[in-house]
Amino acid sequence: MEITIETIEHVASLARLSLKEDEKIRLTSDLKNIISYVEKLNELDTSNIKPMEHVIPMKNVLREDIVNASYDRNEILKNAHESGEGGFKVPKVVE
Amino acid sequence: MDYEVVIGLEVHAELATRSKIYCSCTTEFGGEPNTHCCPICTGMPGVLPVLNKKVVEYAVKAGLATNCNIASFSKQDRKNYFYPDLPKAFQTSQYDLPLCFGGAIEIDVNGVKKSIGLTRIHIEEDAGKLIHDAWADGTLVDYNRCGVPLIEIVSEPDLRSADEVKAYFEKLKSILEYIEVSDCKMQEGSLRADVNLSVRKRGQREFGTRTEMKNLNSIKAIVRAVEAETKRQIEELEYGGTIIQETRRWDDNKGESYAMRSKEEAHDYRYFPEPDLLPIVVGEEWLSQIKAEIPELPDQRKSRYVEKFELPEYDAAVLTSSKIIADYFEAAAAVNSNVKAISNWIMGDLMRAINEKEIEFSNIPVAPEDLAGLIGLIDKGTITGKAAKKVFDIMFETGKKPMDVVKEEGLEAVNDEAAILLAVKEAISNNPKSVEDYKAGKKQAIGFLVGQIMKATKGKAQPQTVNELLVKELEK
Amino acid sequence: MEICKLTACQTAEMIRKRELGVEEVTKAYLDRVEKLDTSLDSFVTVCNEEAMDSARRVQKRIDSGEAVSKAAGLPIALKDNICTMGVKTTCASRMLGDFNPPYDATVSKKLKAADTVLLGKLNMDEFAMGGSTESSYFKITKNPWDLERVPGGSSGGSAAAVAADFTTFALGSDTGGSIRQPSSFCGVVGLKPTYGAVSRYGLVAFASSLDQIGPITKDVADCALAMNLITGHDCMDSTSADIKYPDYLEFLKNDIKGMKIGIPKEYLGQGLNSEVKEAILNSLKQLEGMGAVCEEVSLPLTEYAIPAYYLISSAEASSNLARYDGVKYGYRAEKYTDLLDMYKQTRDEGFGDEVKRRIILGTYALSSGYYDAYYKKALQVRTLIQNDFNKVFKDYDLIVGPTAPTTAYKIGEKSKDPIQMYLGDIFTVSANIAGLPGISLPCAKDSKNLPIGIQFIGKAFDEGSLIRAAYTFEQNTKLDMEPAGLSTLI
Repeated sequence: MEITIETIEHVASLARLSLKEDEKIRLTSDLKNIISYVEKLNELDTSNIKPMEHVIPMKNVLREDIVNASYDRNEILKNAHESGEGGFKVPKVVE
Repeated sequence: MDYEVVIGLEVHAELATRSKIYCSCTTEFGGEPNTHCCPICTGMPGVLPVLNKKVVEYAVKAGLATNCNIASFSKQDRKNYFYPDLPKAFQTSQYDLPLCFGGAIEIDVNGVKKSIGLTRIHIEEDAGKLIHDAWADGTLVDYNRCGVPLIEIVSEPDLRSADEVKAYFEKLKSILEYIEVSDCKMQEGSLRADVNLSVRKRGQREFGTRTEMKNLNSIKAIVRAVEAETKRQIEELEYGGTIIQETRRWDDNKGESYAMRSKEEAHDYRYFPEPDLLPIVVGEEWLSQIKAEIPELPDQRKSRYVEKFELPEYDAAVLTSSKIIADYFEAAAAVNSNVKAISNWIMGDLMRAINEKEIEFSNIPVAPEDLAGLIGLIDKGTITGKAAKKVFDIMFETGKKPMDVVKEEGLEAVNDEAAILLAVKEAISNNPKSVEDYKAGKKQAIGFLVGQIMKATKGKAQPQTVNELLVKELEK
Repeated sequence: MEICKLTACQTAEMIRKRELGVEEVTKAYLDRVEKLDTSLDSFVTVCNEEAMDSARRVQKRIDSGEAVSKAAGLPIALKDNICTMGVKTTCASRMLGDFNPPYDATVSKKLKAADTVLLGKLNMDEFAMGGSTESSYFKITKNPWDLERVPGGSSGGSAAAVAADFTTFALGSDTGGSIRQPSSFCGVVGLKPTYGAVSRYGLVAFASSLDQIGPITKDVADCALAMNLITGHDCMDSTSADIKYPDYLEFLKNDIKGMKIGIPKEYLGQGLNSEVKEAILNSLKQLEGMGAVCEEVSLPLTEYAIPAYYLISSAEASSNLARYDGVKYGYRAEKYTDLLDMYKQTRDEGFGDEVKRRIILGTYALSSGYYDAYYKKALQVRTLIQNDFNKVFKDYDLIVGPTAPTTAYKIGEKSKDPIQMYLGDIFTVSANIAGLPGISLPCAKDSKNLPIGIQFIGKAFDEGSLIRAAYTFEQNTKLDMEPAGLSTLI
């Protein structure tokens, strides 16, 4: 499918990026070029090939159900742009 | 027009593990905001998850108890979306290879049995909490619940009424309680349901457009929401409207649902395999270990009650519907073999008192041994059935032992034949009309006379003795 | 004797023998950084006071006989995507400009436990996305060999700092070549370990299935020393391999007799700069002279590695970087109308162009209707590429080729064309795709007096063979590796 400025707008909205007009134009052409480049992969027949999700063949990496002390709340909140009353503050959420 | 409603349920149950799914913070309910947190569950840069083994075991247990297949190979995936309660901006969940799939549980609505299919059970992490009123200009975010393990149990669209939904949900809750994988405390949000509902004209084959209702955290709310949404959709269609596929939020106070603004945007969760977590492979050995830990389930227990205790199906079903009730029953039955009386008391006075006082079954002030003791006092003739009700109420109020209450209140039955005979004679002489009726063949007239005698003895006369003496006197 | 010219192994030994004091060494490095880094811009953060404090502490431990690590007292520096408790970790992004992690990465913890001294944090491409360190929000690091050229990337700050003797060694991270390529550009030794050999806990994720932390060092012996410090199983990282890790110093043997080396013909083909090609061919002759058996092999899918890499890494990045939303940490836009707008403005202003480009590509590749065509396809190609390597490794101990198709290029030369930039990873990405270890070390200099790197790729968890081959090569090819650009400043 053709990549248009609307494609970029949709994808940017999914990725929560507010792009300026010139950025949109640039990214449209970038994505077009990159996608036509990566479509090179279609030269390869992968019909019966298992996708590799992990490069090392490991499984069942599990921890025991043990509680350790949590962090001091100040340490959790200290990097927040806005915090108070023990929590992270965000603009009003309308559900 | 005759409509049929089609419902599927997505039930989320928080698992009763001690620590969170991917880090070692506590899962304990409550706590000051953001005090059960660490860099992992708050999604700080560079942190990595490590799966809690108990989460897998509990989910597999739930799968086995609901007749699911257990996947021999299962993986975890990222579900990507932005919301302030989701610190990583993705929820680690399972997409195409859930841990359990293809199960079923049996429900019973007014004696009609039906099997409800389970599409799948998968593991995932809970999100945080948004506090809307703590701060005037905005919303406060608390990540304490973030990373608490959940299982999501997805049913097939097999449910056809609010009654079926209720029966299904209660059965599921009961199973989860029996296998002790979730505390199922709905008021704390550890068990909650999303309802997918559509209507179609009866006889129509294809499903109608469905809506999804979120935030249903009591059985009452689920039933009310199902009823209201069914009505709303039918009315919409009747007036020529169409149903929009959307997510709605149920407001239990207003008794209505509304479309959620925050979910308006088209969903595209961009699921992909979580690269930081490895596959889960439940092999034969592990599976049989988990299997061995599954206790007797509600249906098995019900059959046992019918066979071993010779209780009616109905009694057995009510008693085993909740593990706590069934355990209570069995504790009482261990002390007193009059199981039918115990069953009657539990289903009658005990349930009534619980409902009146609005307390949880787990907090009943009357110990099962004491209920058994009370029934023993009736059986031995120490107190009358009537007095027993009074004793029970006091026990429920105070938690005292039955015999103590009987003594304090002076409620021992009167079994002194001379005293009872006196009351019998008095009743006969005071009620000639009833005596006449009796002699004329109206045997039921005796009831009135018994009532008079009981009144005269303040309910303490042994009814059996009263009956014997009265009949003897009347037949003279 | 110039303290900063010593290798890590030499310095550590002298510290152990009390011929050098930890404070003295630390001070020498800090002075050098202060004097010269204004021209090089390799550090994002320099920990002057903390470094001197910890130098004093370490010296005390050495004096009391408590410090036993072979690296005790070594001043080191970390790429700025490795979390350090109490020291800003920015990923060279405006987004994390003030981020102060309340935790250490596992490697940071290990290096602390080994009584090393943290000098500071090193510049990089923003979120490790790039091959030139030009996409840093803060500064453009220069190549010590020629200040008008890039140091490579994304661990450009790490490679430049090691080349400039600003630290005894540094750690970088390598997702598609980000340790090896800048090492090649700066004439130092850089090793990307096998996926799973070094814990990723606390490494700010770019592409989780490809990222790996590794050392950048002055020579191969230092590389072995650093590997001993950072490898090992970590229960905080599910993808960390629970195996027995060797003592890498034991592989420092000047002997590769009989070692079977495969040279993929695809690595000497199109797109390779002729001077680089010549240098590699010459190196192969040298390797044969040292007793190795060199034969041509084929990795036919080499040209597909880059497209597969860009799809996989960008998809994972789009998800990994979604957490930067202005809520919990990092930058938040000043002006916004509501929550959604806050997210969008914050992310637009907080991320640079290259990061946004990758987020867009990755989001697109995962989005509804495109997953199978792009992301899944790339994962399938990943399987095929690993199969390619497995085939070659049945008969060969190592694979050898160039690290990068060119030597260091001019600042600004490639930053306008993403695909040109991406093609610079052609010889390095495959090792990430297949999870294999790779090492780059200098093998020659080109006509502009810029270093050329040679790359050895090994079997999974066989870093030992890489180190042995690299050490042998190094010992038998004495090069003058004094960065020319830097000497103009002194």
